[in-house]
Amino acid sequence: MIPSPALHLRGTAEVGGMPVFENIALNAEGGEWTCILGSSGVGKSTILKLFAGIDDEIRLNGTVEAADGPLAGRVALMAQDDMLLPWLSVRENALLGARLRGSKPDRDRLENVLVRVGLADMADRRPRELSGGQRQRVALARVLMENRLIVLLDEPFSALDARTRAQMQELTAALLLGRTVILVTHDPAEAARLGHRILIMYRNGIVEFPVPSGPVPRACDARDVLTAQAELLTRLREDDAWQGRNILEPTQ
Amino acid sequence: MAAWKAGLASAVLGISVWQLVVWGTGVPRFILPGPDLVARTIWTSRALLAEHAMITVAEVLIGLGLGAILGAVSAVALAASPLARALVRPMLVFSQAIPVFALAPLLTLWLGYGLASKVFMALIIIYFPVTSSFFDALMRTNPDWLRLARVMGGGRARVMWHIRIPAALPGFASGLRLAAVYAPIGAIIGEWVGASKGLGYLMLLANGRAKTDLMFAALIVLAVFTILLHATISELAKRLLEDR
Repeated sequence: MIPSPALHLRGTAEVGGMPVFENIALNAEGGEWTCILGSSGVGKSTILKLFAGIDDEIRLNGTVEAADGPLAGRVALMAQDDMLLPWLSVRENALLGARLRGSKPDRDRLENVLVRVGLADMADRRPRELSGGQRQRVALARVLMENRLIVLLDEPFSALDARTRAQMQELTAALLLGRTVILVTHDPAEAARLGHRILIMYRNGIVEFPVPSGPVPRACDARDVLTAQAELLTRLREDDAWQGRNILEPTQ
Repeated sequence: MAAWKAGLASAVLGISVWQLVVWGTGVPRFILPGPDLVARTIWTSRALLAEHAMITVAEVLIGLGLGAILGAVSAVALAASPLARALVRPMLVFSQAIPVFALAPLLTLWLGYGLASKVFMALIIIYFPVTSSFFDALMRTNPDWLRLARVMGGGRARVMWHIRIPAALPGFASGLRLAAVYAPIGAIIGEWVGASKGLGYLMLLANGRAKTDLMFAALIVLAVFTILLHATISELAKRLLEDR
């Protein structure tokens, strides 16, 4: 297998003339999970859009690239909304990419992927017949069918209940092993479990946070993970205080 | 089931009021025939009504089919091409400012007294609602789906076929539901202007001979047909689009 490339983003971005972030330098190592935390509106999703190439409304003064060549056609995306098409079955949803490109769907690979995400016996169901966790597993199957070396995750687990979320984190970490993953999340616990690197993003820069010991995915109850999680939360709240925000007072 | 019962109760109420007005005012039956007389006329003139109804039904169904196809093609073309939108949309809106009724004599002149002018009348009366509701739905595709399709490297035509059109089918269905009610109006107007067959023609004929009961009978046959057509299309749409 070709090694997954490192990703680099540097520069200043504007949306509709309004600055989103300034002088950011983000480096994601190839084949690792890079988790990005930060308060809302700081531009985390903008970063993913730039890497995904869905950047029509973003003006980037800088560069966005993979270490070994262009990004286009090498990225897969998974978000909080599962983006499943309600009129297609689980199987057809997982094959959407091949359909949209007009390429021959790889049926053997599909059956294999459905087994790995645990949906083999639900392949003919429609999304409305599935639970939230099952729907996210279809979205994961769709990512695996795309078979891209770069995977962008935009809070994919945030709408799930705690137990399902922990399961999905482990499954996703196992199945995306070896790919370059950027995970945008609001959840310090998630970053502490899944990140090979953890970055906290501010409007004017990115700060690296030391990761807990142990291989990914780390156990939820490991002492290191819990400590890192608590420290991350404290740091994020300091950021809120620094921005003059107080949740006890109504925001403007 | 409750809706069905409510419909029946409403019909009974309407017919009762109608009968009470006839009894209460004592108007002559060539002005306002009572429901009992109209019911008897429907029965005794059933062969005549059926013969003319067949013609109108054919006009409506052909007009509806052609209008649906033409409307669907136009909506997809408009949604796919900004140039088509810029050129054609103002024309479409302008065409709505022309009363369709005013076109009927012209259509008869161009297409003759037969089926074609009525079919065309039904077609133009439903073209705009079908096109417009399908087009609106095509332009409202979930932007997340379109972004996903872009990341996947999907071609424009395939994204249209696999995502935008299926996602917009409920909009197309609501256009067709409107069309089911409008198309008979178009056909009847066409028949009024110039025809020798059809329920519209029969109504004019009956009216001219002071056979008001026959006119009412034709009207009721037309109304029942329209309601059945609307219900059939609604039911079909509901079954085919139950995922949405």
